[in-house]
Amino acid sequence: MAIATETAPTATLNKDEILRYSRHLIMPEVGMDGQQKLKAAKVLCIGTGGLGSPLALYLAAAGVGTLGLVDFDVVDYTNLQRQIIHTTADVGRKKLDSAAEKLEAINPFVEIKKFDTRLSSENALEIFRDFDIIADGTDNFPTRYLVNDACVLSGKPNVYGSIFRFEGQASVFATEEGPCYRCLYPEPPPPGLVPSCAEGGVLGILPGLVGVMQATEVVKLILGAGDPLIGRLLLIDALGMKFRELKLRKNPDCPACGTRPTITKLIDYNEFCGIRGEEEKPVSSGIPEIQVEELKRRLDAGDDLFVLDVREPHEYQICNIGGHLIPLNDLPKRVSELDSSREIVAHCKMGGRSAKAVAFLQQSGFKKVHNLTGGIIAWADRVDPKVPKY
Amino acid sequence: MNLPHDFPHLLGMAKIHIPTPLRQYAGKQTAVEVAGETVADAMSDLIAKHPDLKRHLYTDGGKLRSFVNIYLNDEDVRYLQKDATPIASGDNISIVPSIAGGL
Ligand SMILES: [Zn+2]
Repeated sequence: MAIATETAPTATLNKDEILRYSRHLIMPEVGMDGQQKLKAAKVLCIGTGGLGSPLALYLAAAGVGTLGLVDFDVVDYTNLQRQIIHTTADVGRKKLDSAAEKLEAINPFVEIKKFDTRLSSENALEIFRDFDIIADGTDNFPTRYLVNDACVLSGKPNVYGSIFRFEGQASVFATEEGPCYRCLYPEPPPPGLVPSCAEGGVLGILPGLVGVMQATEVVKLILGAGDPLIGRLLLIDALGMKFRELKLRKNPDCPACGTRPTITKLIDYNEFCGIRGEEEKPVSSGIPEIQVEELKRRLDAGDDLFVLDVREPHEYQICNIGGHLIPLNDLPKRVSELDSSREIVAHCKMGGRSAKAVAFLQQSGFKKVHNLTGGIIAWADRVDPKVPKY
Repeated sequence: MNLPHDFPHLLGMAKIHIPTPLRQYAGKQTAVEVAGETVADAMSDLIAKHPDLKRHLYTDGGKLRSFVNIYLNDEDVRYLQKDATPIASGDNISIVPSIAGGL
């Protein structure tokens, strides 16, 4: 690891580094001065996933002297489609270890600082303290607001990127003159209204595109070169390959960075985002549940059960248990396809959407409806391992 | 038809861009042509065409949800005349919700 900055506080480059960065050094926009700034810079990457992978890889290659990584997660197979810092052999390892190993292999002159933790209101300011720039590569609203507020409170720029399916957003928030994330969105959506990547999917290349934009903005901020995305929101539509730019303004009434801020310390962001307890658990009070083993036993026994699959057609193509397919959003207009005198078992991938379907059917007068707990994933785990998981 | 050349302008036909998470409530369309003189007109025309969008964009009290912003071309309408911002033919209105994905 690391040729540390404590032995070279002025961040001078040795012979090997000069050769390594020669394509930067011969560019007037970087040059020796810029490369030394990069070496002296300390950048914190929150998350080493879809956005964090390309971000950290390029920052390491570019010669950012100190890279902090915050992650608590473990590499799994579904990550490999886009989290290119991790390989198939890394499945099951800590993302932090996997990422640090790749970064050190790319550039041994970079000092990697690992934070094996979930970023929280308790640790964020402490972790941010030793860094100049924060790059947000997280995947949920509570952490987005936490990172923003911690950046505003500590006066550090928040290089922001986020993605959904084939659409992305990028900006630079929380600089001294520029707007912050809360200027744009004072509050998060209530849980469930906006699907997550795990539910909505994401084109694997898109985080690459957006993460590299974040890396570009980080490098520009360090060099003091070009026009950073301050006060601008870049919208990326990978399907149409269209880029649009919207103007962002610093909101004088912003609770975080306005003239009379009400956010003067970090708050409980799960509560702020309306999330209580475990995120994945569907709101299932009053919804009759059936376990996969019970469903299997009753189907085998020849019971008259109608299996309703409320996922999307493309999910049905991946795997199904022979249920009748009506996507959740189509249910209100297709409810007439269902026979309320029969016993119905609704399922989706994990049990969240089907709980909503059951609630809807109950309101529509259906008396004998059950939600399959854990959805088709639980079926694959506990009943039929031949059913592929996704 | 002998309509004046700028006929669409008289109707104030504008295009509203629908973001990915909301397309499922707008007949899977990426953009919807709407008529009206103001941003409010355009939005109510959109809701009339795609009623399912309403609860995703507005609270029960009819207020635009705070994780959704509306842009007229590249300007946030909050910094123009909000709902009363006049629109012209060929304007692009964008609904820009917050998205959080990144892993
Ligand atoms: Zn602000």
